[in-house]
Amino acid sequence: MNTMTIMDRTLNTNATKITAKDVNVYYGDTHAIKDVNVEIEANTVTAFIGPSGCGKSTFLRCINRMNDTIDVCRVSGDILLDGEDIYDKRVDPVQLRAKVGMVFQKPNPFPKSIYDNVSYGPKIHGLARNKAEMDEIVEKSLRRAAIWNEVKDRLDAPGTGLSGGQQQRLCIARAIATEPEVLLMDEPCSALDPIATAQVEELIDELRGRYSVVIVTHSMQQAARVSQKTAFFHLGNLVEFGSTGQIFTNPEDPRTESYITGRIG
Amino acid sequence: MPTFWLVLLLLALSALGYVAGRRRALATADGNPGDLHSLPIYYGANVAMTTAVPAFGALVIWVLAQPLFIENRVAGMIPQNLIPENASLGLVMSDVRRLAEGLDLAVETGAMTQAQTLALESETSDIRAQLGGIGVALGSEVRPEVLQAAQAFRRLASNGKDLMILATLMLALGGLTLSFRKSHKDFRARNVVERGVLALLILAASLAILTTVGIVLSMLFETVNFFGLHAWKDFFFGSTWAPNFRGDSELSILPLLWGTFYISAIALLVAVPVGLFAAIYLSEYAGSAVRAFAKPLLEILAGIPTIVYGLFALLTVGPLLLKVFGQGENGLLGLSWMSGATSVLTAGVVMGIMLIPFVSSLSDDIITAVPQSLRDGSLGLGATKSETVRQVVLPAALPGIVGAVLLAASRAIGETMIVVMGAGAIAKFSANPLESMTTITTRVVSQLTGDTDFASPETLVAFALGLSLFVLTLGLNVLALYIVRTYREQYD
Repeated sequence: MNTMTIMDRTLNTNATKITAKDVNVYYGDTHAIKDVNVEIEANTVTAFIGPSGCGKSTFLRCINRMNDTIDVCRVSGDILLDGEDIYDKRVDPVQLRAKVGMVFQKPNPFPKSIYDNVSYGPKIHGLARNKAEMDEIVEKSLRRAAIWNEVKDRLDAPGTGLSGGQQQRLCIARAIATEPEVLLMDEPCSALDPIATAQVEELIDELRGRYSVVIVTHSMQQAARVSQKTAFFHLGNLVEFGSTGQIFTNPEDPRTESYITGRIG
Repeated sequence: MPTFWLVLLLLALSALGYVAGRRRALATADGNPGDLHSLPIYYGANVAMTTAVPAFGALVIWVLAQPLFIENRVAGMIPQNLIPENASLGLVMSDVRRLAEGLDLAVETGAMTQAQTLALESETSDIRAQLGGIGVALGSEVRPEVLQAAQAFRRLASNGKDLMILATLMLALGGLTLSFRKSHKDFRARNVVERGVLALLILAASLAILTTVGIVLSMLFETVNFFGLHAWKDFFFGSTWAPNFRGDSELSILPLLWGTFYISAIALLVAVPVGLFAAIYLSEYAGSAVRAFAKPLLEILAGIPTIVYGLFALLTVGPLLLKVFGQGENGLLGLSWMSGATSVLTAGVVMGIMLIPFVSSLSDDIITAVPQSLRDGSLGLGATKSETVRQVVLPAALPGIVGAVLLAASRAIGETMIVVMGAGAIAKFSANPLESMTTITTRVVSQLTGDTDFASPETLVAFALGLSLFVLTLGLNVLALYIVRTYREQYD
């Protein structure tokens, strides 16, 4: 896919998966996210773009409450997943993270075998009743992450011994093994070479069939290649949100245009 | 001239060399530092260095070697018949040294003139009384041969000293002139100083290594002496530790080794869980405020002298255990399993408390070094904090933690004071932790304290024990380092 065809890309009108209303995030005295409102659809790849430090990763980490692990971080406003407020007191952040998986900037396989890496989540959440079921989950996840053929003969080898691109796909397999509904990706390709990047991007497009994917990226080409919706963040504000084709070819806000044409950022 | 003034003079010379070298280098560049190869201070430092280093080196060697040389020469002057029965040459030599020092002192205090001391005759004057007057007590009347030897001793010492001063000053002046003349603007003084710094660092490192080698060698020689007097089979494979002075001691290391391992094992059973859990709390759960406050507090434990732990064992833990497990009807449980306050358990528990900061501090550093991305990965999959710690952080940190535990173990094996005061002194094989037992370290202490005869196996066994201990802890440390190094790269 290249940018020329963006306009022609069909955009199904999907159900809303995540709704954010007036979200503000503070790190101590720093106001990192200012009144962000966004609606993320199911079975869609949504890209967050913007210059470094604009708050796109911070906002991403709000969606599965990873910011809870940072002491000085405060979040206000509502984030609804399927209509339920995830910051409600009744919601267990640990359960939430099983439903909203995350893939990180740097591949971070655990220092365990490939098999144990993938079975880690299912084991914790009790998704398999016996070894056969677990084997099935592991194989399915590795297949969906398009890495099964490369590792099927060495599932006992340490996950840290794989190449960077393989490690990142292993991490994606690990994330989808818990059957999440949403997959958050924080610059998943920034540590990968172009070939591994292409593999992961292809994978992201396939994952759209099952999950709602939110990807933070620094590469505008990547956003254009993989996403249907794009949100542009600048200095903690959500400047513009719309279909990828519209954002890249006909942005409404002058700041978006400046960023996309390379004048700011 | 005393050596002290010589040292000052050498320092003054090298200071002078610094100023002169710096000035001359600047002069060759017409006062423009930019034309110099090196900064002006390097030229100064180079001259100062070449002045001081060879001179001080010669001084140190001379001071160490001169007494040996004189001793050798003077010893040859003493006739065999002068050495009393059952005594050695050393005894006579110490008389000679004492007399020589006494005469020197007499000259210094003005009681005699230099000429008077040289003219002394043992037959005509009462040297013992004269020296007694200025506070030098001689053991017996001075015999003519001893006086002669003492005079020779004084002559050699005084000549040697003059020669030493001459030689070191020559070296200093030679170095000064040589490097002063080299202080030209094209001279690469900076590189020379760099090599000097390197030599200094190598010297420091090799001193540390040589000391270790020296310690091991001194132990090794005495150990060889020991095995010359006592069967090695009994030492390594015997079953009884029963030293006596009738000459039929049984000196086996095995009962001591058993006590050492038993006490160390109990200490580790206390220290590893507590220390590890404390480390996990501090590194994973505690907020930065708690951490900043609690970590130093925990490390204070490491700063307490072990004798204080020994007192704690003797006065608090021992009686407490006795109250629980002993004293029959009067005890808490009505048991009489324990007869005295000193026991393996007492020493083990207190030693465990001592080791807690070792384990916790090292493990805390290691756990903190596990990349945050691994924790994020696990938390992002919906794992709780303790699941993350148990299944991801600890396995990743395990090699380091094993290393920390092994280091703690080698501390425990080498610990002395706590065992002396808390474990008792009975060497035996027993599995009952409430009985007294003893360790290698405490036996080394007891064999070497008091009146000792360095020709008996009962004393020399201390060196064999010490060497065994050294080999044991060295092995543990090497193993710990090996484990830490081999598995460290896993997540780097």
